[in-house]
Amino acid sequence: MNVEIDQEGCVAAGQCVLAAPDVFDQRDEDGVAVLLREPLADEYDATREAALLCPARAIALSE
Amino acid sequence: MERVVVVGASAAGSTTAQTLRREGFAGAITVIGDEPHLPYDRPPLSKQVLLGSWPVERTSFGPSTTYAEQGIDLRLGSRAAGLDLSRRVVELATGEEVGWDHLVVATGVQPLQLREGHHLAGVHLLRTLDDAVALRKSLVDASAVVVVGAGFLGSETAAAARQLGCEVTLVDLAPAPMAVQLGAEVGWMIAELHAANGVRVLGGSGVTRLLGESAVEGVELADGSVVKADAVLVAVGTRPLTDWLVTSELPCGDGVLCEDTPAGVHAAGDVARWNSARFGVSLRLEHRFNATEQAVCAARRILGQDIGFDPVPYFWTDQYDARIQVYGVVPPDARLVVVQGDPGARKFLAHYVSGGRVSAVLGWNMPRELRSERALLTAI
Ligand SMILES: Cc1cc2nc3c(=O)[nH]c(=O)nc-3n(C[C@H](O)[C@H](O)[C@H](O)COP(=O)(O)OP(=O)(O)OC[C@H]3O[C@@H](n4cnc5c(N)ncnc54)[C@H](O)[C@@H]3O)c2cc1C
Ligand code: SF4
Repeated sequence: MNVEIDQEGCVAAGQCVLAAPDVFDQRDEDGVAVLLREPLADEYDATREAALLCPARAIALSE
Repeated sequence: MERVVVVGASAAGSTTAQTLRREGFAGAITVIGDEPHLPYDRPPLSKQVLLGSWPVERTSFGPSTTYAEQGIDLRLGSRAAGLDLSRRVVELATGEEVGWDHLVVATGVQPLQLREGHHLAGVHLLRTLDDAVALRKSLVDASAVVVVGAGFLGSETAAAARQLGCEVTLVDLAPAPMAVQLGAEVGWMIAELHAANGVRVLGGSGVTRLLGESAVEGVELADGSVVKADAVLVAVGTRPLTDWLVTSELPCGDGVLCEDTPAGVHAAGDVARWNSARFGVSLRLEHRFNATEQAVCAARRILGQDIGFDPVPYFWTDQYDARIQVYGVVPPDARLVVVQGDPGARKFLAHYVSGGRVSAVLGWNMPRELRSERALLTAI
């Protein structure tokens, strides 16, 4: 699974981190999402949930 | 084959349809929306679109091909005019009927107008993409702008207009911007932020009417004074779009009452009202994240999952360099307690305490830290 974050569209809601804390984090200075690492197979569901919940639809997945 | 009909093709409507497909719904999905545009996102309208930093296309939720690929029948420029619960059909303005097994009401809200002078050229509302494009055009040409109503929409627009070089006056009946939503203390901080950026903030001022011949020239206040204006945004509140449901006997009262809808009928987004056990109040939220969460919940209920809906609300607003984010519900009597950072430095975290418990947490330019505070509310 490939994860892309549109950091300019990200509104720093942190919903992605709540859904998949091992895959996403937020930058200290402005809260914009960063990818910690590619999700492991057992994190795909959580990563999909993160993309679904992101209120800026800033996370794109290709599987 | 099971049929889902979604009325309202925006954040809540498109999310419901796409979640259904993503999670394996094999029946027919029809989404009915009265706007001519493909579904798009509203929060950037009062920010990047007004400022001109994003082309309008960037607000789109994706091309029409995505809907086609997902087998979602997206009917744009099509208005639902009525609902028959016994026959399970939505009646369109054209007279056509669309049958459903599951209905999702996601028609959002409509902005309110001022009674006198609203028809004048240069007077705007801000809800749709077309509104935003027209307002931006007006702001680019305007010298004096008055924003009537200092909720988040009015406050964000005042900030954008100021950044576009206009002389801006922000008027509200409340003592300070967003005081109704976030309490007087945070309201004063937002007032200061606007003042520091050169916006004239008039709190405690009612607007009686808009003045002008054919184009707006000024805004008359309750004390008789007139503020000069060649562009005006009216952002004085909204009402849920439930007119089309009036004859249907679907229980409505400032929104569709989710708990009282018959089996097979759901509501999501700005139009939906539900009882929050977590906060002990009836809620109807006009927040972007709620539209997503409630749409996902509606889709999963249609798929047969027996899930409740009692989220921790989340809201954000961007004004100048301030990103203000709130989790929870702010009761009118809540006390604000700053727990980290410094409001003077415009970087802090605060709790809203009411009835001996924290019912909301607010972060001002502290997104990462705020996220951990959310745990205080999930425990309720
Ligand atoms: C300018 C602006 C800025 C915002 N900024 C923020 C922000 O910073 N943070 C935040 O949390 N929230 C923000 N919001 C709020 C957020 O955008 C809304 O909560 C969200 O759009 C709600 O989605 P919805 O799908 O419920 O309703 P809507 O987006 O209103 O969609 C309802 C759709 O249904 C259509 N419709 C209505 N009646 C009918 C009918 N009878 N037949 C067919 N179609 C119909 C409407 O035309 C509309 O397209 C902002 C809103 C606006 C307008
Ligand atoms: S959920 Fe979306 S908007 Fe929020 S931090 Fe993650 S990517 Fe950004």
